[in-house]
Amino acid sequence: MAEAEQYNFAYLDEQTKRMIRRTVLKALAIPGYQVPFASREMPMPYGWGTGGVQVTAAVLTPSDTLKVIDQGADDTTNAVSIRKFFEKTAQVATTTRTPAASVIQTRHRIPETPLAEGQILVYQVPIPEPLRFLEPRETETRKMHAHEEYGLMHVKLYEDIARHGAIVTAYAYPVRVEGRYVMDPSPIPKFDNPRMNMAAIQLFGAGREQRIYAVPPHTGVVSLDFEDYPFEATKAAAVCALCGSAESYLDEVIVDDTGGRMFVCSDTDFCAGRRGAMDAEAVA
Amino acid sequence: MSTQNPCRDVSGKPRIPETPLLSVRALSKSYGARIGCTDVSFDLFPGEVMGIVGESGSGKSTLLACLAGHLAPDAGEIRFETRDKGPVDTIGLGEPARRMLARTDWAFVHQNPRDGLRMGVSAGGNVGERLMAVGARHYGRIRGQALDWLGRVEIDADRVDDRPSAFSGGMQQRLQIARNLVTGPRLVFMDEPTGGLDVSVQARLLDLMRGLVREMGLSAIIVTHDLAVVRLLADRLMVMKSGRVVEAGLTDQVLDDPQHPYTQLLVSSVLQV
Ligand SMILES: Nc1ncnc2c1ncn2[C@@H]1O[C@H](COP(=O)(O)OP(=O)(O)OP(=O)(O)O)[C@@H](O)[C@H]1O
Ligand SMILES: [Mg+2]
Ligand SMILES: [Zn+2]
Repeated sequence: MAEAEQYNFAYLDEQTKRMIRRTVLKALAIPGYQVPFASREMPMPYGWGTGGVQVTAAVLTPSDTLKVIDQGADDTTNAVSIRKFFEKTAQVATTTRTPAASVIQTRHRIPETPLAEGQILVYQVPIPEPLRFLEPRETETRKMHAHEEYGLMHVKLYEDIARHGAIVTAYAYPVRVEGRYVMDPSPIPKFDNPRMNMAAIQLFGAGREQRIYAVPPHTGVVSLDFEDYPFEATKAAAVCALCGSAESYLDEVIVDDTGGRMFVCSDTDFCAGRRGAMDAEAVA
Repeated sequence: MSTQNPCRDVSGKPRIPETPLLSVRALSKSYGARIGCTDVSFDLFPGEVMGIVGESGSGKSTLLACLAGHLAPDAGEIRFETRDKGPVDTIGLGEPARRMLARTDWAFVHQNPRDGLRMGVSAGGNVGERLMAVGARHYGRIRGQALDWLGRVEIDADRVDDRPSAFSGGMQQRLQIARNLVTGPRLVFMDEPTGGLDVSVQARLLDLMRGLVREMGLSAIIVTHDLAVVRLLADRLMVMKSGRVVEAGLTDQVLDDPQHPYTQLLVSSVLQV
């Protein structure tokens, strides 16, 4: 593989990876706090998760096994190209099986299979600042975090209820981490929010916005809500048409030209596992 | 015109409570070589409304911004009598505690409602923000209080979910007042609260403010260049020129019998309007 020798392990140079690892350590030490870092140009557009890719590159070791998902699926263009990128630049083993992966890079989902200690979940983050929606001034949001002034976050939820009769925020639903920092969990469905209380390390990378934040294992993550409008981890009221799961998060898909629809697990590995199709070892 | 206010007893004599709510000594703030305000001292007692008047550039906004903690003074002392901890030095207080004061005991009404409102948030959300900022987490109660306050500033309940951008200037200013008063502050800073409004709209707003100040026993510091505003609202008056206080006293006294030549000029010029 002569081509691979053109790259340093996992593409980034050692100095950059050290800088990112230091940022990751700081982020782990202050759960939910957005740590600035000098984001590098990556050979892919920003929308493709350059923040997550840089974090993955920095934490990856040659003995790791990598899984990449996009909306829960291993086979979307985005997931495939990131997986190929690391196969080429780091020659690490890859897998689609959640329990077999030591590092999982994700966009928009947490795998259904509970993660274990020793695993790292890397999220791709488009907008790291949860207060940005109502307060565009960065100087001000920084102070709000510093002084724990989070009333504004509830204003957003108030507006939801006032306008729609319920909290309709369905993705990137704000959370409070270990009773301190309010954090944007990236655009995962709010169904996944309670599942952020997990044994694995969670790292969040925002490339364009140059921020890294983290949730260490077994850290309390609480979704914001009102006493009279409590948080609900909702999903479609259906079962997976392929595996019959009533617990997993479902996507609605169009199945034929006549507009026929069905609900299937968004986590393709979970669904395949349930169907007994366990031949999803490594993707070529 | 005679004004009744909570600082005078029935006989009209000033009733001075023993502890000032706000105590300012030798306060100065410069912008490089240019003086913003200099050597300002005064006491403000609970329930008292003080007006600050003076021509453009005389230092009114600078003084107000220093008092409210928006600007750091170069010299001087500001002591505020807090509800629970007694008098505190608000300059040395540190930013977190000062910001806490700013959303509990203090309120600030800006001349331009855009500076004091969130234009992208509904009227109810604007009023509710301060409640949520101090920990309110019950939607129904927050909305109830927002509706109550919209009523108190004469905004129809059916506008509660409209954004302030759909409101007239006078409504925006009334909304800003509601948003500020909902947490029951004790000291309200206002910088030209009626500026930029039509005369008839101004009158209604002044009337409303006077009612609220009395009803809530608020203390307030009102910056204005409009002597009619101070005549109506202020118990006491400070006249500023070139960053200094040149005359201070009971409003009626200062306006009816100005001592300083500059005040005489101000009073006479308003008569021309
Ligand atoms: N940000 C600033 N930088 C430099 N100089 C300033 C600044 N703000 C105010 N000044 C100056 O400080 C002095 C006092 O200004 P200030 O705005 O406090 O006056 P004001 O009485 O509020 O005037 P106005 O009635 O026009 O609002 C003026 O000479 C002004 O030019
Ligand atoms: Mg001014
Ligand atoms: Zn399924």
